[in-house]
Amino acid sequence: MKYVDEYRDPAIAIALAGQINHASTKPWVLMEVCGGQTHTLMRYGIGDLIPDSVELVHGPGCPVCVTPLEMIDQAIVLAGRPDTIFTSYGDMLRVPGSRRDLFQARSEGADVRIVYSPMDAVQIARANPAKQVVFFGVGFETTAPANAMAVWQARKEGLQNFSMLVSHVLVPPAMRLILQSPGNRVQGFIAPGHVCAIMGFREYADLAREFHVPIVVGGFEPVDLLEAISMLVAQLETGRAEVENQYSRSVDYLGNRAAQNIMREVFTVTNRKWRGIGEIGSSGLRLKDEFAAFDAEKVFELQSLHVEEPRECVSALVLQGRCKPAQCPAFGTTCTPMHPLGAPMVSAEGACAAWYQYKRHD
Amino acid sequence: MPSHRVAREGTGTFQMCLAVPGRVVDLFGDDPAFRSANVDFCGIRKNVNLAFTPEAEPGDYVLVHVGFAISRIDSDEAHRTFQYLKSIGALKEEGYAV
Ligand code: SF4
Repeated sequence: MKYVDEYRDPAIAIALAGQINHASTKPWVLMEVCGGQTHTLMRYGIGDLIPDSVELVHGPGCPVCVTPLEMIDQAIVLAGRPDTIFTSYGDMLRVPGSRRDLFQARSEGADVRIVYSPMDAVQIARANPAKQVVFFGVGFETTAPANAMAVWQARKEGLQNFSMLVSHVLVPPAMRLILQSPGNRVQGFIAPGHVCAIMGFREYADLAREFHVPIVVGGFEPVDLLEAISMLVAQLETGRAEVENQYSRSVDYLGNRAAQNIMREVFTVTNRKWRGIGEIGSSGLRLKDEFAAFDAEKVFELQSLHVEEPRECVSALVLQGRCKPAQCPAFGTTCTPMHPLGAPMVSAEGACAAWYQYKRHD
Repeated sequence: MPSHRVAREGTGTFQMCLAVPGRVVDLFGDDPAFRSANVDFCGIRKNVNLAFTPEAEPGDYVLVHVGFAISRIDSDEAHRTFQYLKSIGALKEEGYAV
């Protein structure tokens, strides 16, 4: 229990760990989908608190990690245009494309700016009418409503120089892919709390029913995750497969209606390629045709690119819980957070990077 | 670019996963779809869009993600979460703490 004294509430953590220990009679494989949760699990050594028979595998829920190489390359192409200001959340700047990242593009003279909110990008467009301002619209369902609102606002104001390079992804289709894959090992899921704060958990109830798999909507703190694990083990041990909500202080069944409405207004569901996994049907969002004037791919007539990912990277298996990061031959040798070969090493929330930071010496 | 270096070393940036609690101080704008507020994050104030929490009033606590309040939460929860995020160093990189 190496980190337990760091817990905000060590007594509760120990009690929950005890509960899990007591309840589990068989081996179970659980997956947390969200990268933020992966980070907490690793940082607090939660895997060491619970019995070895309960295995945690880390899912594909890091938008930084799953944005395809091609999109990063497109972003770099746009950023390099002399008339363009390229704006992005800070997380995306150090994601390597096939040859370089946006930080390098910036050091070579591209006007790349980090914004805290997509509305800041709209403000940059207002303030720079002679420039084209492109915002990198990435993320899961948590971020999509904010990005939708920025496009909505730009249209409302009639801004002619604002557009979005959209690479949004959705969580439930990725879970479905994992559940359908022939080698699937995952028997229970912790669903991402903030995604569900927006979307509610109706879709997860459908998945639970269809695949007879328990799903618990979980928060982000160590005790939240221990509680979610305990709830999953209790379901598995009694043969239940329901959706339960551990994070009820921020999440309800229906989610945030206002946020869902603006998403539906501006975006439509599309197929998306996930870095390290490949294309997943109906797993992302794109701008609706009526917003084509704000779609950077259309405005700048971007040609579709196809780039191969490094062959030694087994991230598709890692992201589906079929292989541990340390089992990858490149892990910690040719692939490190300084020089990531594949998606899960890119961001601190990625499974390989989190493993590298916290478990490398185990 | 220090944040670049920090992130490369693996301490983590959380921008797209992070939702930070803050207290609504005052509201501005009459259009309910584009109402904004000054939100206080334990001393640091930011302008936050309330389009998704139209019911939020001054004094309420909200969970803020990329400049938008995504849900209202109670004050105890807000304080606990804020302290937790601070303790893991997640706030500094995003400018919510000094
Ligand atoms: S360690 Fe690197 S190369 Fe191996 S799976 Fe992870 S990201 Fe890919």
